[in-house]
Amino acid sequence: MKSAVIVFPGSNCDRDLAVAIRDVTGQAPAMLWHQETELPHDIGLIAVPGGFSYGDYLRSGAMAARSPIMRAIVAAAGRGVPVLGICNGFQILTEAGLLPGALMRNAGLSFVCRDVALTVENSQSTFTARYERGETIHIPVAHHDGNYSADEETLDRLEGEGRVAFRYAEPVNGSARHIAGILNDAGNVLGMMPHPERVIEAAHGNSDGRRLFEGLLETVA
Amino acid sequence: MKTRVYVTLKGGVLDPQGKAIHHALGSLGFTGVNDVRAGKLIELDHEDGVSDADLEAMCKKLLANTVIENFRIERGN
Repeated sequence: MKSAVIVFPGSNCDRDLAVAIRDVTGQAPAMLWHQETELPHDIGLIAVPGGFSYGDYLRSGAMAARSPIMRAIVAAAGRGVPVLGICNGFQILTEAGLLPGALMRNAGLSFVCRDVALTVENSQSTFTARYERGETIHIPVAHHDGNYSADEETLDRLEGEGRVAFRYAEPVNGSARHIAGILNDAGNVLGMMPHPERVIEAAHGNSDGRRLFEGLLETVA
Repeated sequence: MKTRVYVTLKGGVLDPQGKAIHHALGSLGFTGVNDVRAGKLIELDHEDGVSDADLEAMCKKLLANTVIENFRIERGN
């Protein structure tokens, strides 16, 4: 599976994400600088990593969402190419309009960096096919702005259409309806605050994140 | 010409920073403050020819995230 990890100034999870993708798919992703304007032909996955793109200036993800490569990513997402945004990547995808809502400062105002329990809410998507619905998994979070916010109508629509992929099973950041990850309406764009790329092998403490990449490989390839 | 853009959180959106500031004011002994909302002030130094429509478009496309924020443009003289 051909894939790309997008690199912005201030990204810091790009290499971890590349290792996870390479490890699971057997093929190293292209590392694409944000000033590129084109994606590799027949790309199977676009991954937008965590970090602090542009130092979180203006709003987390706001500057990155307006960088040249995003136009190509929005177009590819429209064609159905899977796009995975993790942490800052999730913030960037909401700022780019690929996902609804916004990620605000954590309710407790503190940076939260620890393993959290998540409930898998949707096991039908490209990203979650290897999980069971209702299953509890453990994936670390590391963020300051993970407090998902959207109006009630949007939240109801996300719930009604099965677009909440993951929910926190414990209090983490004040996120509306404990949302940790959501899908777009077509199901090919996932944004999530927890870092699945940080738990892909036993040495990481658990490998709950690995199945996300395995599921992608199965459904995309 | 200088224009000021005020970006504020929408009414229903929780503002944890405003809450913390409110709390800190209370700890400093100030009473009578009912609520605090924190926002941003962005100053644009621009050519006279930049239209109101352009300024509005700048706000909608970048300066404010209209999912959670309102903006108010105060065009300079």
